[in-house]
Amino acid sequence: MIPTTLTPGALLLSLTWGIPTLTIVALALLPAARTRLIRWVSLGSALLNLALVAGLIAAWPAHRPPLGAEVPLAFAARIPWFDQPHITYFVGVDGISLLMMLLAALIAVCGVLVSWRVEARAKEFFIYMQVLLAGVFGCFISFDLFTFFLFNEVTLIPTYLLIGIFGTGRKEYCAMKLNLMLFAGSALVLVGLLGLYYASGLHTFDLYALAKVRFPADFQHWAFPALFLGFGVLGALFPFHTWSPDGHSSAPTAISMFLAGVHMKLGGYGCLRVAMFLLPEGAREWMNVFLVLATINIIYGAFIAVKQTDLKYINAYSSVSHCGLVLFGYAALNFLGVRGAVLQMFSHGLLTALIFAVIGMIYSRTHTRQIGELGGLMTRLPFIGVAFTLAALAGLGLPGLSGFVAELNVFLGAFARTPVLNKVCTVIAILSIVVTAVYLLRTINKVLHGPAQAKDEGLKDADLAERAAIVILLAGVIVMGVWPRAVTALIDGSIEPIVEQLAR
Amino acid sequence: MADPATSWAIAHSWLTLALPLAAFLVNGLALGRRAPRAAAAVAVLANFAAAVVALLVARDYFAAAHPAPLLAWSFPWLELPHFAGGLMLGIGCWLDPIAVMMLVLITVISTLVHLYAAGYLRGDPGFGRFFALLPFFAFAMTGLVIAPDLVQLYIFWELVGLASYLLIGFWYTKPAAVEASKKAFIITRFADAFFLIGIVLVATALGTVQFAAVNAPAAGAALAASPVVFGGHSCSLLALAAVLLFAGAWGKSAMFPLHVWLPDAMEGPTPVSSIIHSATMVVAGVYLTARLFPLFAAAGSALFLAETLGAFTALFAAVMACVQTDIKRVLAYSTLSQLGFMMFALGVADPAAPAGYTASMFHVFTHAFFKSMLFLCAGILIHAAHTNDLLGMGGLRRKLPVTHAATLIGCLALAGIWPLSGFFSKDAILASAWTAGRPWIFAVGLATSLLTAFYMARFYLLAFHGASRAAGRDAHAHEDLLMALPVALLAVPSAAAGWFAEKYFAQHMLPPGLHTAEHAAHAPWVPWLALGAAVAGILYAAWRYGRGFIPSAPKNPAVRLAWNRFYVDELWQVFAHWLMFTLVAAPAKWFDSVVIDGSLDASAWVMQKLGAAQRAWQNGLVQRYLAAMLVGLLALWLLGGLAK
Repeated sequence: MIPTTLTPGALLLSLTWGIPTLTIVALALLPAARTRLIRWVSLGSALLNLALVAGLIAAWPAHRPPLGAEVPLAFAARIPWFDQPHITYFVGVDGISLLMMLLAALIAVCGVLVSWRVEARAKEFFIYMQVLLAGVFGCFISFDLFTFFLFNEVTLIPTYLLIGIFGTGRKEYCAMKLNLMLFAGSALVLVGLLGLYYASGLHTFDLYALAKVRFPADFQHWAFPALFLGFGVLGALFPFHTWSPDGHSSAPTAISMFLAGVHMKLGGYGCLRVAMFLLPEGAREWMNVFLVLATINIIYGAFIAVKQTDLKYINAYSSVSHCGLVLFGYAALNFLGVRGAVLQMFSHGLLTALIFAVIGMIYSRTHTRQIGELGGLMTRLPFIGVAFTLAALAGLGLPGLSGFVAELNVFLGAFARTPVLNKVCTVIAILSIVVTAVYLLRTINKVLHGPAQAKDEGLKDADLAERAAIVILLAGVIVMGVWPRAVTALIDGSIEPIVEQLAR
Repeated sequence: MADPATSWAIAHSWLTLALPLAAFLVNGLALGRRAPRAAAAVAVLANFAAAVVALLVARDYFAAAHPAPLLAWSFPWLELPHFAGGLMLGIGCWLDPIAVMMLVLITVISTLVHLYAAGYLRGDPGFGRFFALLPFFAFAMTGLVIAPDLVQLYIFWELVGLASYLLIGFWYTKPAAVEASKKAFIITRFADAFFLIGIVLVATALGTVQFAAVNAPAAGAALAASPVVFGGHSCSLLALAAVLLFAGAWGKSAMFPLHVWLPDAMEGPTPVSSIIHSATMVVAGVYLTARLFPLFAAAGSALFLAETLGAFTALFAAVMACVQTDIKRVLAYSTLSQLGFMMFALGVADPAAPAGYTASMFHVFTHAFFKSMLFLCAGILIHAAHTNDLLGMGGLRRKLPVTHAATLIGCLALAGIWPLSGFFSKDAILASAWTAGRPWIFAVGLATSLLTAFYMARFYLLAFHGASRAAGRDAHAHEDLLMALPVALLAVPSAAAGWFAEKYFAQHMLPPGLHTAEHAAHAPWVPWLALGAAVAGILYAAWRYGRGFIPSAPKNPAVRLAWNRFYVDELWQVFAHWLMFTLVAAPAKWFDSVVIDGSLDASAWVMQKLGAAQRAWQNGLVQRYLAAMLVGLLALWLLGGLAK
């Protein structure tokens, strides 16, 4: 039985969004001029959260529920909140959410580190960042769909402000675009959630109570695409992806890292947790459509990245391509496909954060992101250059780094499906690795290689904070690539129930 | 000690992988920047130790009368639950005769090249970095040859590609080197994508990726039994899978028309060329074809490709080698041509008469020694004459006696002159083509032999004989001990490896699954004919270049065509660039910004306009509201009147 009081475990879970919330209060009370203190408080809070998540992961093997448990969560608690409509504060974690929380906590630390030089309106900046964090962590521990949705919406507000105030380029336009499109996605999700609430006959938002319901086929027929598309917008599903290049490219570095690295993953996470888990029949019915869309995502994003000249846009379109692989993995509807998708979320999160961090470091030094104006930076900025190279190599799926592990799972899972469409799409997806190599090597070669430019004389390589951020993210990328069992051991047991449900 | 099962070296064969990796990590993270000389020492020693282990492995492994394949060790890497009943991928070491042979080649040649590089790159600002990357190359190639399954092979296959990318582009401030490294990576990556599709196909169809299982007759039969129907046409899954897997070899071993990356790869430092062209990278493709030989033989399709592509590439590249003047490019085209030999030899082999298979592996073995040595000699020549251009050398035989002697051995070995190593392996290949009943392939091979002898003699004569054309640049020409020593050491196997190993290869380097070779049909006249062709080539070169030589631009249009490499590079450049950038990427970008984003902006615009139109009614002017009310009332009244 799930306890209905705030157990110590549930309290710890709640602290993952509680710490950012408390930090917001602390930061609000600090004078805006004390930027140094504000930074250190933010870093301390991010580190504390990382330690907490690491502790939860360490405790997972001992607390994981047995296979076949009705609610396969650890530290779960279901605290009544509203009677009418029936809403509970239902928290818990499984391997998948723990992995996503680890991603968020790592990128939070790195985001603060690379923002070490933010001076203008630093107090606001770090407060908004903490709001974003609180929302994301809240999402990953929520198993009541209402609170899940609530936390998801919380993330959108600071995003708008962070891009609109601290961004670059056409920031107002981009902030507006990002928010409007994501809100449109949310509206679809909300429709789907209300449908679940009523169609189940249970009048509940409890994920695992809903999972026991066999929804009628005609309900699944319209509710699945509403939910999958709604979350898919946040996961940059074609053709609803254009908010992400604009939004992520105009955001400040740390926010690009967090938006592309973690926030987008809420979309992929929602697709799996809610749409596919609750509506397996709808998933089977609609999957060919989404398979084709995801394949377009992969190859189309890659080809557009080939033509971009702004570093951030290159990476943003690369994200469109790589996030397509997440949805592509889901479309396999089998264990390896789903596992590959989850691995890809983690891998892509680390990678894209790393690349955005590196681009930010290059931009802050050279004041340009146009690859035509850059060149020879490997000579001037060797540390940043090596980090960029490794990130690009991981992005193009080089074995030994994280991207390959995810791709291998996705490709094997997708190809194992019998229909010819799956096989053809898998072949297209595999061929996209050539295009990926083209745009990544082109970028690397233009920016890092070639003769050093005179105008870059005297540029300083990464400082201590930047190095720390790079090392943290790279360590994740390498560990997952070399020792993938460290990651799969965490998630495999939690993917099983989802795949079982899919076959229902 | 004679028993492979109890051998210390075989149990510790992981050292051949771990030592270069350790050198890479230590040098890359710590020593490379701070203590480049120490980094060089670490790299040389690690490779030397690996070579010793590899030699001990070979001694213990070949001690058995009939060396059988064995799995020396393996670690789990990633399990794939619910895939074909659960599959465990691992990193392991699978030893069979060709794996052990390659292990020895890689570690020995890598050690000597490391030693040479310590002299060659002295004073280079990237010295320390070089000694981090070169051991990584050895590490990657070692992991490739000992792979017990397709996935491990693919993992290290890609790492080999990465290593060559980083080393070809070692001088990353030089635009030509940067371009060449990108070209090498992308072309091989293109082939690798098909290779990966092939692996996924095989894994899905068979539920295993182990070579032992994939090569088993049952696997071939299972694949052959499932046809692929594609729009009315059908072919067997086996044929398709074999071609896809072979695609990897096609790119890596630079078979026509994917050969264009290899000559450009000359932009890397010479020691890198030496190792790429002998023991790593390019022979990986040949090795893969040999590794999957039973599967390919069952399919037929891949071996047919190997045979035709190999023969064509052999001749095509030899023609280009005859007119090149860049010393490294002559050698590069010669490598292409020799890879063609190795490929078509595999192509003409079949499990019942595996002479082509053993001959191909034999040629991999002998070629590695003399080709790596020739590149090292070329490096010394380049240092001496301060140019890559053969036309700017000449008369260097007195100044570089060791290099001269070694180059002479290498050239004659490559030309196939008895009793040097190349004679035996090339003769074995030609004989295998003839006895397999492929007279046309044999004829192409023979013609290529003639050309080979010609261009190698030309190479030798232009560099060492005649008057110096260096205009004084070679005044300080000398031989560095660190560079001359590896050259001298490589001269020994270049000369003697053929004589020494011929019988052993023919009897023991057999395809997996075969334990004894049938006594091959004999064609005693083949060696004489091959030797005759080689001598004819050399004599023609001597007549052409032996009596004082005045360089001039080629006038003959056929020569010009060959000199311009038949414009294949240009075709590639135009085609690939056009296809990727103009045909696909540009329209995609247009579609994204105009159609998709445009329709979004348009919907936003419509919303705004609708809002603006509404706003006119909500402007707070009481008069306007009153007027609207009156109009409305009037309208209602009128409507009411009409309704009556």
